[in-house]
Amino acid sequence: MYVYDEIDQRLVDERVAQFRDQTRRFLAGTLSEDEFRALRLRNGLYIQRHAPMLRVAIPYGLLTSAQLRKLAHIARTYDRGYGHMSTRQNIQYNWPRLEEVPQILAELASVQMHAIQTSGNCVRNTTTDQFAGVADDEIVDPLVWCEMIRQWSTFHPEFTWLPRKFKIAVNGSRADRAAVEVHDIGLHAMRADNGAVGFKVLVGGGLGRTPVIGHVIREFLPWQHLLTYLDAILRVYNRFGRRDNIHKARIKILVKEYGPERFREEVEAEWAHLKDGPATLIPEEIRRLESRFTRPQYLQQPGAEAALERQLAADRAFAKWHQRNVFPHKQPGYAAVTLSLKRTGVPPGDITAGEMDAVAELADHYSFGELRVTHEQNLVFADVRKADLHALWRTLRPLGFATPNIGLLTNIICCPGGDFCSLANAKSIPVAAAIQQRFDDLDYLFDIGELDLNISGCINSCGHHHVGHIGILGVDKNGEEWYQVEIGGNQGRTGHGVGASLGKVIGPSFARAEVPDVIERLIGCYLEYRDSEAERFIDVVHRIGHDPFKKSVYASVAKVAAAEPA
Amino acid sequence: MATLIKKRRFVADSWQLLECAADGALPEVTDTGAVIVPLALWRARRDALLARGHAIGVWLDSGESAEDIAADLNHFAVVAVSFPTLSDGRGYSTARLLRERHGFTGELRAIGEVRRDQLLFLERCGFDAFALRDDQDAEHALEAFEEFSEAYQVSVTQPVPLFRRRASSGPAA
Ligand code: SF4
Repeated sequence: MYVYDEIDQRLVDERVAQFRDQTRRFLAGTLSEDEFRALRLRNGLYIQRHAPMLRVAIPYGLLTSAQLRKLAHIARTYDRGYGHMSTRQNIQYNWPRLEEVPQILAELASVQMHAIQTSGNCVRNTTTDQFAGVADDEIVDPLVWCEMIRQWSTFHPEFTWLPRKFKIAVNGSRADRAAVEVHDIGLHAMRADNGAVGFKVLVGGGLGRTPVIGHVIREFLPWQHLLTYLDAILRVYNRFGRRDNIHKARIKILVKEYGPERFREEVEAEWAHLKDGPATLIPEEIRRLESRFTRPQYLQQPGAEAALERQLAADRAFAKWHQRNVFPHKQPGYAAVTLSLKRTGVPPGDITAGEMDAVAELADHYSFGELRVTHEQNLVFADVRKADLHALWRTLRPLGFATPNIGLLTNIICCPGGDFCSLANAKSIPVAAAIQQRFDDLDYLFDIGELDLNISGCINSCGHHHVGHIGILGVDKNGEEWYQVEIGGNQGRTGHGVGASLGKVIGPSFARAEVPDVIERLIGCYLEYRDSEAERFIDVVHRIGHDPFKKSVYASVAKVAAAEPA
Repeated sequence: MATLIKKRRFVADSWQLLECAADGALPEVTDTGAVIVPLALWRARRDALLARGHAIGVWLDSGESAEDIAADLNHFAVVAVSFPTLSDGRGYSTARLLRERHGFTGELRAIGEVRRDQLLFLERCGFDAFALRDDQDAEHALEAFEEFSEAYQVSVTQPVPLFRRRASSGPAA
């Protein structure tokens, strides 16, 4: 966890004071609705379906137990006792009162947290791999670079009124767990032959209405130039990105319009002026940031492996959980554990204040007082002793956080949808619940194997449906809620070597009640065609194409197909 | 008339801002007084404007860029940059380019949708004059400049980024 210095703290405190004054002026009538809207958005405050919604940044997903207790306290004191983990390593409160938001921000600042730039057309919270710093396949620890970008983007004087929101993701491992190919800027941290750190730079990826895979505009950017290069990209975008049409304002549209090659040339031409300027990074700063991150004091764990093997052999349920929810750690004797927030019957990503407190307690006990939130809306204890895994699992079970479904079909990514979000075309939470209920049999779930199922309530794609192996999108048809189904999406390079891909719609959309049947038919088709258990759903889609899946789905729903244009 | 803030103080505005008509027709220029003219007028009547013998300013719309006037900057006492809406942030880049790349040292004035809560960032991008919108609470507007005491980034008002200043002030506590 990065620990603020006096200046970091002062800036966050000053932001609270500023927003307190803005809110006061708004309530007093001296700040117009319009102006206040733009200002509150930059503090994560939306006005939506039922009440304001406050989105709090969890920078690159890291939290301490003290911060989580504060989030619990806020949920209890200012909200209805729970929060919602978003797909962008943020937590959202759905029921705060406008007048109390400055106070909430002050509470956050007291534990080195904020809601700065969590919405609005500015650089948003930077996201990364939930296993950053501990993954056994890691090449570069992205955390320092994420904090660097946080500081660079916070109150950037020039880029606070961009054409549209702007999302940056950083990945530092062989596998891409940060989905860098579908971000406005994606950074793959890597090492040159001499070990020096640099970044492969992608631009113009994104989901939403026009999903695009990002383009590489630089194969290797030495670390010293990270900020000047980001400045150059953002400046080109700020100056030339479209502002006449909100649906064409993301950087991906500019990259598409120019073509990646011309876009790259524009950036390089701008960068030529900035390169080697004062914003060029220096080793002292990297060392300073590194030294402000608390790092666990790992201990030797003799005999831990053997003991764990015995426990796994003796306890099948534990072994199942270990297979799905435990991730290999670079430090011998340790493991990273995912706490699933996806048990059947609970909206994906929701967590109550009591649960937050319980998790904080466990983090103190089992994982050096720190945890992470993932873009799949789960929690991670990154540094658990292998010797403790069994005890942790037994503690997590009664709390409902030990559902062994990480990477499986019921680990659904799901946006708040029509139950909360004013932009929604359709509800998403009940769809997730119906699917989870249908696939409640663990053995069947394990047999199906790895499968990402993602649901968005509208084309804004907060539920990342374009990159789900199966993606579900809520659509509006004459005021009714319908659901489009895509297959073939993938969020990023995985162990199997498949890169990011975008799903394609299989055909006409479905009524809500039909969705679980449709999923079941897709799965049936997959099981029929797969070579072996090692061949995942997504692999089969890529191998045999869409047609067999379409046939198996639409053969029996001809009536819907007739009624609904594609 | 809009309130003018210059270098964090309220001042009387001696400049007249000329605009093109809705159909694009160029405005008439009288013989006397300092004027800030639209870029199109500067391009069309450059010699006549220079011959007037009065100070000249030019203003850029948000779609017009620093490069459009870079070669002429020595003629202008004022460059104004228009913000047609609160959310159109192009002028922030324009200002930095004028200051940092093209070396403009005259008055750089923000016009249009200029509101209290933008002042500090506008200043950091190089504006030193602000034609505050009429509906803004002028009395308290100057407080906006004081809302943040530090910044991470390089800017016109702070050309040395915080990380370099942190590094030169010795190891962090
Ligand atoms: S995808 Fe649409 S419905 Fe879902 S949270 Fe985003 S905007 Fe709301």
